[in-house]
Amino acid sequence: MKAIKKLVLGSALATLAMASTALADTTLNALFMSQAAYSEDDIKSMTAQFEAANPGVKVSLEFVPYEALHDKIIAAAGAGDDGYDVVLFDVIWPAEFATGGFLTDVSDRIPAAYTDEVFEGAWTTVEYEGKRYGMPWILDTKYLFYNTEILAEAGISEPPKTWTELMTQARQIKEKGLVEYPLVWSWSQSEAMICDFTTLTAANDGKFFDAGEPAFTTGGAKDAVTFMKATLDEGLTNPASREYFEEDVRRVFSNGEAAFALNWTYMNALANDPKESKVAGKVKVVSAPGVEGKSTASSVNGSMGLGIPANSPHADEAWAYISFLTQKDIQDDYAKLSLPIWKASYSEPKVMEGQEDLIAAAKESIAVMYPRPLVPSYTEVSDILQKNIHQVLLDQAGVDEALEAAAERVKRIR
Amino acid sequence: MLGRRQKQEKWMLLAPAMFVLALITLVPLANTLWLSFTDTRITAIATPVHFIGLENYVYALTDPDFQAALYRTLYFTIVSVGLEGVLGIAVAVLLNQPFRGQLVLRALIILPWAVPTIVNAVAWRLIYQPDYGALNSLLYQLGLISDYRSWIGDPSTAMNMVILADVWKNFPLVAYVALAALQTVPGDLLKAAAIEGAGPWKRFRSITLPWIAGPLLVVMVLRTIEAFRVFDIIYVMTSGGPADSTKTASFFIYQEYFNYLRSGSGASYAVLVAGISAVLILAYYSVAKRQAAGGTA
Repeated sequence: MKAIKKLVLGSALATLAMASTALADTTLNALFMSQAAYSEDDIKSMTAQFEAANPGVKVSLEFVPYEALHDKIIAAAGAGDDGYDVVLFDVIWPAEFATGGFLTDVSDRIPAAYTDEVFEGAWTTVEYEGKRYGMPWILDTKYLFYNTEILAEAGISEPPKTWTELMTQARQIKEKGLVEYPLVWSWSQSEAMICDFTTLTAANDGKFFDAGEPAFTTGGAKDAVTFMKATLDEGLTNPASREYFEEDVRRVFSNGEAAFALNWTYMNALANDPKESKVAGKVKVVSAPGVEGKSTASSVNGSMGLGIPANSPHADEAWAYISFLTQKDIQDDYAKLSLPIWKASYSEPKVMEGQEDLIAAAKESIAVMYPRPLVPSYTEVSDILQKNIHQVLLDQAGVDEALEAAAERVKRIR
Repeated sequence: MLGRRQKQEKWMLLAPAMFVLALITLVPLANTLWLSFTDTRITAIATPVHFIGLENYVYALTDPDFQAALYRTLYFTIVSVGLEGVLGIAVAVLLNQPFRGQLVLRALIILPWAVPTIVNAVAWRLIYQPDYGALNSLLYQLGLISDYRSWIGDPSTAMNMVILADVWKNFPLVAYVALAALQTVPGDLLKAAAIEGAGPWKRFRSITLPWIAGPLLVVMVLRTIEAFRVFDIIYVMTSGGPADSTKTASFFIYQEYFNYLRSGSGASYAVLVAGISAVLILAYYSVAKRQAAGGTA
């Protein structure tokens, strides 16, 4: 019996080895981030699986905070052969990276069948002008998390369907004195705030640009900023939100100090983990609300992809690694902190198990994922919006004044 | 006076060092200067570069955000260096007095300066943390504030809070230089002045301060130049926020280069900041020269 098992295992390994003989002895340098989505441990263990299946290929992993990812990719472009072979990049960068020639066009490497099997929102993460610059990997958006205990004590039976309803419920919770500030957000002067702003703009059916001109001074985008300010003025939003990042939101919410929070997928597992959270078991997740007459749910495209920098001398090995990490089986196995890009995954029992509400919310949210402006100067546009919206939230400027100033500044971009 | 031969020899001996110095300072300097007159962008593919004259400088100097950042930088420099000076001298005078534990204290006081800037910045961020930070806790228990508040998230306090963190880290340097200088002040002179009826403040103003002015000036100028190009501590503590209230001039260099990939424009900001620093250095030279001519210290 034992001998047969060994034989089967041996031949299986041999097949695997043969399949990968095409890959030479190489060490790949891969750049990842160490916050939100897949944890470092997840990525290390996926990588170990890849190395086991591909003898001769080693992967050296580097983890940096999200804030450092962009600059690292740019700086390494000048490093020749010693740069990165695989990089994690954000949905907002392909336009810039494609025009600057930083990433390799991998359109021809992606099997045609994938186009239908992967969500459209995931593809926009890696596309620019009809070409693909990587494979989507982290399919993420912001969800509305709520504390079931606080809602029950306030006599609320259903989570809000609209943002107006969310404010009403928050008021109820505040009046009953259940928590001082029912809402918590990541509104520091950072990209995290722009993600919340985009979600609210999507809910209000707003636009950032219209025919290349800034369009955020009116309509849905303006409504979004007005809403943000109103929740602060009414004392519904924790004022410290104005210096919070996603991790602060998770901490405050996990301490039971907020009834509602907007955050990425990863908070679902962590807020329900007794080691990480005081409210484990009392956390539920739904799609971010909509606005009556305009939307039924809202969502920002916060996905990320894996690409090959143009200066990588190991493009084939790098692609093998990317294909391995993004394949359905691997994504299904690690679906707690980040959800798969594959449509079929969302009916897999092992993906759904224990997070049925998240999967239900995901199906709704992924369908309405709204992109941040897809322009090569995005980083600068975002910086300008961050500063001006922050001035509104800090009482330094009115909504109109701030958004007009932002539009003027955006027009000055060279 | 050196003879002709000796003069030649002197230059030959200096030549290798001068060559290396030119290579590592003049070449990058010239390159940056050239970049600042072009529209160069950071790309991974070859892109044409154009000479655009003063366009980058005009853009930078007409940018109200950059002007505001220059004032902010000046504020940071004046307040933080000023406080470091006052605090540094005061602590040096104290440590110059004989008392038990003087040596231990002298060793301890250097610790903040030995801490890396990044570590210092992260530590102060924790101290200022609005929900569980030590500062809120301390002030609340002392009854000085009735509610926990945000320190670096509030534009009215953020800059001063960053300055406080910077002063804590850097005043020991001023204190050490001042302390070393204080030990050269002749005791007889002070005693004589005391006998003549000069009070402690008068003795400090008329004898001690002029005596230590030279070394003190050097360290203050170094600190001024450093403070004017401040970046790291702010990047870690506030990233320039809230609402740009701590965004200093150096941020523009970083942003233009690494965020917006405009190396030409980034170079023009760098030249501007370096130019202002050069003015500060010249001011120091003229003061130092005048002092040398005066003969004291």
